[in-house]
This record gives sequence, structure tokens and C-alpha cells, in this order.
Amino acid sequence: MSDYQAHLSRIFEVLQPYVPEGEELNEQSELVADLGLSSIDVMEMIVEIEDFFDISIPLNILPDISTVGDLAKAIGNIN
Amino acid sequence: MSLFDKFQPMIDMRAELAEIGVMPFGPVTEKLFSATEGIVNGKHVILAGTNNYLGLTFNPDCISAAQQAVAEQGTGTTGSRMANGTFSDHLLLEQELADFFGVNHAIVFSTGYAATMGMSATLAGPGDVILLDADSHASIYDGVMLSGAEVIRFRHNDPADLDKRLRRLGERAKEALVIVEGIYSMGGDQSPLAEIAAVKRKYGCYLMVDEAHSLGMIGENGRGVAESEGVEADVDFIIGTFSKSLGAIGGYCVSNHPELEAIRFTVRSYIFTASSSPAVIASSRAALRIIKQQPELRTRLWDNANQLYDGLKALGLKVGPQASPVVAVTIEDRAQAISWWTQLFDLGVYVNLVVPPASPSVHSLLRCSVSAAYSSEQVEKIISAFTTLVNTTPVNNAG
Repeated sequence: MSDYQAHLSRIFEVLQPYVPEGEELNEQSELVADLGLSSIDVMEMIVEIEDFFDISIPLNILPDISTVGDLAKAIGNIN
Repeated sequence: MSLFDKFQPMIDMRAELAEIGVMPFGPVTEKLFSATEGIVNGKHVILAGTNNYLGLTFNPDCISAAQQAVAEQGTGTTGSRMANGTFSDHLLLEQELADFFGVNHAIVFSTGYAATMGMSATLAGPGDVILLDADSHASIYDGVMLSGAEVIRFRHNDPADLDKRLRRLGERAKEALVIVEGIYSMGGDQSPLAEIAAVKRKYGCYLMVDEAHSLGMIGENGRGVAESEGVEADVDFIIGTFSKSLGAIGGYCVSNHPELEAIRFTVRSYIFTASSSPAVIASSRAALRIIKQQPELRTRLWDNANQLYDGLKALGLKVGPQASPVVAVTIEDRAQAISWWTQLFDLGVYVNLVVPPASPSVHSLLRCSVSAAYSSEQVEKIISAFTTLVNTTPVNNAG
């Protein structure tokens, strides 16, 4: 499994509780538009992901992250 | 997409509130009887949401100093500190602030926002790292996002999380800037500053503390949480405001770093705005003297804060973890928070309504700020208004 796939897999696990019923999660899923995450939900989810990967995701890059795939790529860049 | 589409949520919220006849944002103060009571939106109320912690807005010495300054120096400076807007009294206030904090350097800004935003935007820049407490004030968030530095949040009041994030930075940690507040403006909870300072020492980074809601209120000499926690030597920069305990408007940064004298000429919110008017500087100087000379104001403030905190807690309301000059009641349901705010107002008590995203969580707050100028009877009246609500409407808090 590539790093990207591994990151995706972990993000899917963290996001699962936030996924609305009937919504399918994939790397194109929009965190806000599709999953309906509030800004506070996004921050909570980011903290969980930071702890899992032992990284800090700078606030500066959050505006560039709109999909699950964007988030997996950002984690790869930080690592 | 229209230019105005992004404002639709605010348009909707205003319409929703107008429909139920409530306008909690920007109420109009029509007349003031004292630091603690006035006519707001046509109603005689106790002012329980004005951050007038020491009640100095009507202090005779502050008023007299302001009147004399207006008479002698005019109504405004008409210029920036860097151009024609530095008067002798600006420099005297800076010296008095430095003396008060026991440091060598001070800058006076025109507002608290200009001080905290400006210093947060300027101290660190591209290539640097800023770590800020997640519940930091909007002025700090605005500043750090302008700085060009890498910005990392750590969990609110969690020194272990700060430690972890500094560890992740490796060698970069020793040049990082950590920003926290002494007392947090919304929840009223206090920073574990001794533990934060220990983490700072461990990594050798820099620490800036916003004492906006603690100046004059805590510490043996009223210097804030850094003083009360015994860690002033670990704090590189203290920032704050004159618009709360000093009852005026303005902001400051104090430090022992000699570089502050050069930094002042690089802070855009210092350079590109008019300086504080003579009246504001004069009343701020008078208020600072009062903080030094009248420690009994702090005693009265804390007596009132403890009375309000204990009273609201005894009602079963969800308040902060400790008594504080800011006593915030968490109401999970936004509609109930709005309803309670309206009823409190009708009962003659004005508090602040804070709803997401301005609140630090998904919940709403009814935020009370306490004043040393309250009588015990006034505090009891605030508690009594909350009691009426508790007895008529159960709090809809699931957690």
C-alpha cells in the first residue's frame, strides 16, 4: 500500500463517524459540501489525524484542503 | 456566485432574530447612570456584559484627567505615532507601563485589537513558526494569519499538547513563538501559565501572553496571570488593552527585549493609524495609577466574581472550571440561549450573547463580566434573574 493509500485509509476511519447516512465516502468527497462538517468538526477531525500521524497540520494550508484526497496529499507533504 | 452570497448566513440570522423581536448584537446604550447601570435599548438594566472589571469608566480622577487633557491638548492627535501623533503623554504612559510591569520597553497602541493583531502579525514572519492556543482571541488569529509564518494550533490550555507540537518541530522549536492568553475572554478560564512557561523553557522558544482580561485583576500588583503564576521572567512579550480594566481604549505591548524599540516601527497597526487622543491617554494613565494605589478594587472584583460564580453554579448552570471575572454560562441549544438572553434583558440584566462561530465551541454562551463596582445586591439581582429562568425553563444541555 502506498503512503497516499495508507493516509486515505486512516482518514476514512477518522471521518466515518461524521459521514451522513446514505453518503458514500471516497477521496473526492468534499469535507464541507458533501459531509457537511462544520468548521469546528473539521478542526476536531484534524486534531485526531494529527495525533495519529504525529504531525502538526499548519492552519495556513487548510484553505487548500477541500476533499479527502487533498487532506491525504497534505499529510504526505508534511511527512 | 454573487459578491454578497457569503453574507447570506448573517442575513438569515438577523432575519430570524428580527422575527422573534430580538437584537442581541449591537444593543444601543442610551444613558449611563454609573459604571454598573444604564438604559440600553430603552430598558433600565444592570450592565453585566461590559468588561468594566474595575468600574473605572466613571472614576472622578480618570474623568478629571481626561477633561484637563482635552482642554490643554485638544480632541485628537490627527496623526500616527510615527508621524505627528506622538505627544509627551504617550511616552509618559509607555514609561509608566514599563515601570508597572518591571520591564524596560513598552509600546502604546490605539486599540487592543491593534496591539494583539499587530504584534501577532509582526513578531514572526515567513519561515518562522507560531503556536497558538486554540481558544485565542480573533485578533490573535487575524494577526498570525497575516504574519506569513507557519501557524499551528494546540489544544486549549493543554501544555502537553503544546509540548508534543514543539517536539515535532525539532530544531525549529527554539525560534518558535507561542501565544496564549492569561484569562480567556469567552470562557473566563485561566491559562496554566506556569506549565506553559515550563514547556517554553524546555524548548527555548519565545512566549507572548495576552493579559487583556487579567490586567489589574490578578497578581499581587495586578500585573496579570504571569505575575500570579510567578513566571513573568519567562514571558517575552505581554500584550493587552486599556478598554477593560482601565476603562478607556487602547492597547500595549511590554517586554525586556531591546528589539521592541525597533519592532514598533515595523508594526503596521502602529504605523498606519492615528494615535490615541489626549483624553484617552490621560484617563488611562490615571486608571493605571489607581490600579497601583487601590488593590482593594481587586478584592471587591473577586468577591463579586466568586459570589456570581458560586450563585450560578449552585443553580446547576454549566459555568467555567473556576471563578473568574468572566462567568460564562454554556447553553447548548442556540434558540434557548437567545430566548434566555431576551428574558434576562427583560428582567433588567444585560449580558453578552455569544453564538457559534464566535463562541469557542458548537455551543452558545451567556457571558457575564463582573465589575468591582457592583454592590452585593446587584450581583444578587443577576443571580436572581438566572434563578427565574432556571425555575421556568429547564436547561436543554445534553452534556
